[in-house]
Amino acid sequence: MSTATDTKRAERNAPAGERVADWADGRLGIYTLAKANMRKIFPDHWSFMLGEICLYSFIIIILTGVYLTLFFTPSMNEIVYHGPYVPLQGVRMSEAFASTMEISFEVRGGLLIRQIHHWAALIFIAAMMVHMMRVFFTGAFRKPREVNWLFGFLLLVLGMFTGFTGYSLPDDLLSGTGVRFTQGAILSVPIVGTYISMFLFGGEFPGHDFVGRFYSIHILLLPGIMLALLVGHLILVVYHKHTQYAGPGRTEKNVVGMPLLPVYMAKAGGFFFLVFGIITVVAAIATLNPIWSIGPYRVDQVSTGAQPDWYMGFAEGLIRVMPGWEINAWGHTLALGVFIPLLIFPLVLGAIAVYPFIESWVTGDKREHHILDRPRNAPTRTGFGVAWLTAYFIMLIGGGNDIVATHFNLSINAITWFVRIFFFAGPVLAFIITKRICLGLQRRDREKVLHGRESGIIKRLPHGEFIEVHEPLSQGDLFTLTSHEQYEPIEVGPTVDENGVERKVSLVKKTQAKLSQGFYGEGNQIPKPTAEEYKEITSGHGHH
Amino acid sequence: MKKLSARRRHPLAAVVVLLLALAATGGLYAAFAPADKAQAEETSQSLAIEEGKQLYTVGCASCHGTGGEGTTDGPSLVGVGSAAVDCQVGTGRMPAQQPGAQVPKKKNIYSQAEIDQLAAYVASLGAGPITPTEEQYSPKGADVANGGDLFRTNCAQCHNFTGKGGALTEGKYAPTLVGVSPKHLYEAMQTGPQNMPSFPDGIMGEKEKQDVIAYIETMNDPKKAANPAGFTLGGLGPVTEGLFAWVFGLGALIAAAVWVAAHTAKAKKS
Amino acid sequence: MSSQDIPEENLPAEQGAAHGAAGHGGTAVVQRVDEDPFHDPGLPAHKPRIQDIDERAAKRSERTVALLFTLSMAATVAFIACFVVFPVDKLVYIWPFGRVSALNFSLGWTLGAALFFIGAGAVHWARTLMSDVEVADDRHPIAASPEVKAKVLADLAAGNEESGFGRRKLVRNTMFGALALVPLTGVVLLRDLGPLPERKLRETLWDKGKQLINMNTHEPLRPEDITVGSLVFAMPEGLKHDDHDFQIQIGKAALMIVRIQPEDIKDKRELEWSHDGIVAFSKICTHVGCPISLYEQQTHHVLCPCHQSTFDLSDGARVIFGPAGHPLPQLRIGVNAEGNLEALGDFDEPVGASFWERG
Repeated sequence: MSTATDTKRAERNAPAGERVADWADGRLGIYTLAKANMRKIFPDHWSFMLGEICLYSFIIIILTGVYLTLFFTPSMNEIVYHGPYVPLQGVRMSEAFASTMEISFEVRGGLLIRQIHHWAALIFIAAMMVHMMRVFFTGAFRKPREVNWLFGFLLLVLGMFTGFTGYSLPDDLLSGTGVRFTQGAILSVPIVGTYISMFLFGGEFPGHDFVGRFYSIHILLLPGIMLALLVGHLILVVYHKHTQYAGPGRTEKNVVGMPLLPVYMAKAGGFFFLVFGIITVVAAIATLNPIWSIGPYRVDQVSTGAQPDWYMGFAEGLIRVMPGWEINAWGHTLALGVFIPLLIFPLVLGAIAVYPFIESWVTGDKREHHILDRPRNAPTRTGFGVAWLTAYFIMLIGGGNDIVATHFNLSINAITWFVRIFFFAGPVLAFIITKRICLGLQRRDREKVLHGRESGIIKRLPHGEFIEVHEPLSQGDLFTLTSHEQYEPIEVGPTVDENGVERKVSLVKKTQAKLSQGFYGEGNQIPKPTAEEYKEITSGHGHH
Repeated sequence: MKKLSARRRHPLAAVVVLLLALAATGGLYAAFAPADKAQAEETSQSLAIEEGKQLYTVGCASCHGTGGEGTTDGPSLVGVGSAAVDCQVGTGRMPAQQPGAQVPKKKNIYSQAEIDQLAAYVASLGAGPITPTEEQYSPKGADVANGGDLFRTNCAQCHNFTGKGGALTEGKYAPTLVGVSPKHLYEAMQTGPQNMPSFPDGIMGEKEKQDVIAYIETMNDPKKAANPAGFTLGGLGPVTEGLFAWVFGLGALIAAAVWVAAHTAKAKKS
Repeated sequence: MSSQDIPEENLPAEQGAAHGAAGHGGTAVVQRVDEDPFHDPGLPAHKPRIQDIDERAAKRSERTVALLFTLSMAATVAFIACFVVFPVDKLVYIWPFGRVSALNFSLGWTLGAALFFIGAGAVHWARTLMSDVEVADDRHPIAASPEVKAKVLADLAAGNEESGFGRRKLVRNTMFGALALVPLTGVVLLRDLGPLPERKLRETLWDKGKQLINMNTHEPLRPEDITVGSLVFAMPEGLKHDDHDFQIQIGKAALMIVRIQPEDIKDKRELEWSHDGIVAFSKICTHVGCPISLYEQQTHHVLCPCHQSTFDLSDGARVIFGPAGHPLPQLRIGVNAEGNLEALGDFDEPVGASFWERG
């Protein structure tokens, strides 16, 4: 009885904040939630904040996007412009374009918010790419994080399409040209292409519907899915706990860093404001998509330098450099010049998405991994990643071939041929070179562990020889440089068993063994120093 | 007659005769003078052609032939008109330094008088577009918005939305229109220099050309053009915008991330 | 992909004795210190920052953080002031930006500063004044223990048993059938998004006797207007800019007209369909439909600005470079009684991008 009254008195005397929290806890269980998470540890590294840039720019996009919907009219009804921008007065345009002009020239601060929205979108997708590359090159996608890798990949792809639909909304001459391309690409799809085109545009291009339809896709459908994926992505990050780089005291069984409350909260929360502030300043000083100088969309008008936003530049490149193959047979046309790039686009993106599953199959490793790889210690993976980036970058050049041509005094045709050849040759070269560099760096690490660090001190020995003194590494460095894992390549094993009966080895198994040899076989990784090697060198003459 | 002869010794007779003589002389002068002037103009015109021919022989004949008939290195100039000469030489494109995909713009080495002489000579080879007067090319009072619409229909496909230039095939390019004088813009539309198609008056009238020039000026003249949203990044569209987003946008954010995550300076060095 | 029969010794954890365990921490490390030169020395000791040992330095940091927050407040006030003071159409010259909108520029900088300084203050606070002692937290395997798994499987089996899901196959299969069919209603509902293609992509406004209207002057084109080396675009007579379907129609009917010396025309049909060397081609690229019109008058090549398909207008608009799959359609033209150019029919093939039914 007395305890109950004690509790009551304590409740009455508790500060207001605590009483509110108590109220919430009784209904939402917040104390239990906070117990598990308030002092959650996050490792501190700049590359772990790339994902935060994505998250924050996404939030900025949603905030500014909601503001823009207050003024934007998603309609393709044509009107004659009579606003304050003189060079367009009297020009026919859609209401979508006119309302974007109004946001830019009549709504106070509208131009700024529009620019923040668009700059944040460009940065959002760029940050997702960099974040994905960080995860890729450090092997953070390994078990248990494969699903989260896929979530992230889907966010990237959806981000690209959300960006594309948003970019098309102002119905300006540049974005309209992009939509026209989309329609042409849809037409190239065998059998159903014309039907999809008619349904998407409500009839013939451009019709009067696509802005309204893209609008609901852009502001509701795609961001809704992205928000759900994002929440899932973050829940998994918290649930798995963050990965960490190798180092003294850091193991597969712990996570070392600062607690969420207070340090990480201040840093992450502060970083949101830094990101928002920096993007706002970018929007204040640099023009993005100046629709007033681009003009409203007319199907029969066009400008040179007709590119999509950068994240579609890769697709644009594929389209630009593809030879014009077309098959006409049995009364049908197959526009391979458009349709093949349309197929390669998801294939290239998909290649990076499925890589984690390929690697885990090759290694056969079923354990959890929380310590990150240094890219050099996974030469095949790193080589593949750089090869992929090379293909991507070469296609970006292809997508901007006209701008490259005018600014470097080159011929468009020559650039196109370069891209055609190096889309295939570039990744191969990049793979070989990257792998070599990785192996070289592995050798250097091995050298450092066994012989110490070059101190820069030159010593003369009694017999006149000059040597450079090598300082032994600290225990922490020794551990860091030798703690990475090295897989043994898988052997198919003897083709006959002990009784001399032929053993069946499936093709899958053989492929797995082959790939494993390629990943971890001789010459594909440098054996790290063993304790015996180290002891032999250090116990002897000290240095050599 | 008697009266007249009777007064011929009148003291004022000499004055009258003088006046008459003066009037006659004046009248005769008045009657003959225009003829003289025309003759003089013709002479100066033929002089200009003569001068122009000499300039032509030095600067142009090696490629365009001694009589402007053209060679393998340069097209015939018969019928290109004075406007074409004024445009190509006035912008420094001609005489060309070397053969190539396209003759670039460079510093003009001729005075306007010399260009006029050259133009006169080339015009004398065959009738063609005449160098426009200021009244023809001046964009004063033109319709900028109509100019913009015409620009997007006829010009933007090569010269970009606002005239920043663009690429053509095999290393050729449409040059930037920033800083090109209204006269040269007009002449270029009229004559179609190098690979640019021409837009003669039957296709695009004087008024339309003025509108286009007004639009180009409004978008590019440093005194008139505005870039309300900040740096235009070359006005080239998404390529430079994307580059800016990566280098400066994401670059600044990553720099901030490095600062946030970096270890604070320790009291003592390890 | 099963990998159960991969020999266990291939996995690094089982490799050799020396430092297989190094990566997995725990007490094993401590025991092997003597034998393993690469053992984990454990978390380094925490080193204090200046602010941790010098109260004056800490005070300085405190003042810096407060200053940053104050700057943010000032920037917010400045933002509101700029919003009120600057008219929306005011342009100012600011080096090196050019003639920029005073409002956009000032609002951007003040809002940027107001946000940035909050962030900078919070981060500086965290970096210099909050504890920077690194803490290790334990991880737990994600996978459930065998007992938990067994319990879940048992629950599932019970559910199956109680519902008869596995037993009453008829119920189960009809339910699957119903669930599989019901989304079809959604697909059917999408039918009225647009009409069927029918012949829409094959027909344009061009027809016999329709005059070619100059896009610039909106007057009928006459052969004498078009000189060799000139370029002009045309639309069919009767089409008006304020027509409801102007965009759709011009998107198919837009014409590009040039004049080539008849002896320079290599394609026989092109010459036949021209009028005295005046040829009219579709302005819509056969690749994906951009308005193609980068005409080089000396080479007669025309380039598409979108994807660089290049066509030779003196040779039946043959594709000579780039991703387009077939030539630009040509419109047969002649001259009517008034001496104006007119079409002698519609295009004899669909204009624009290829599609499956094009044939």
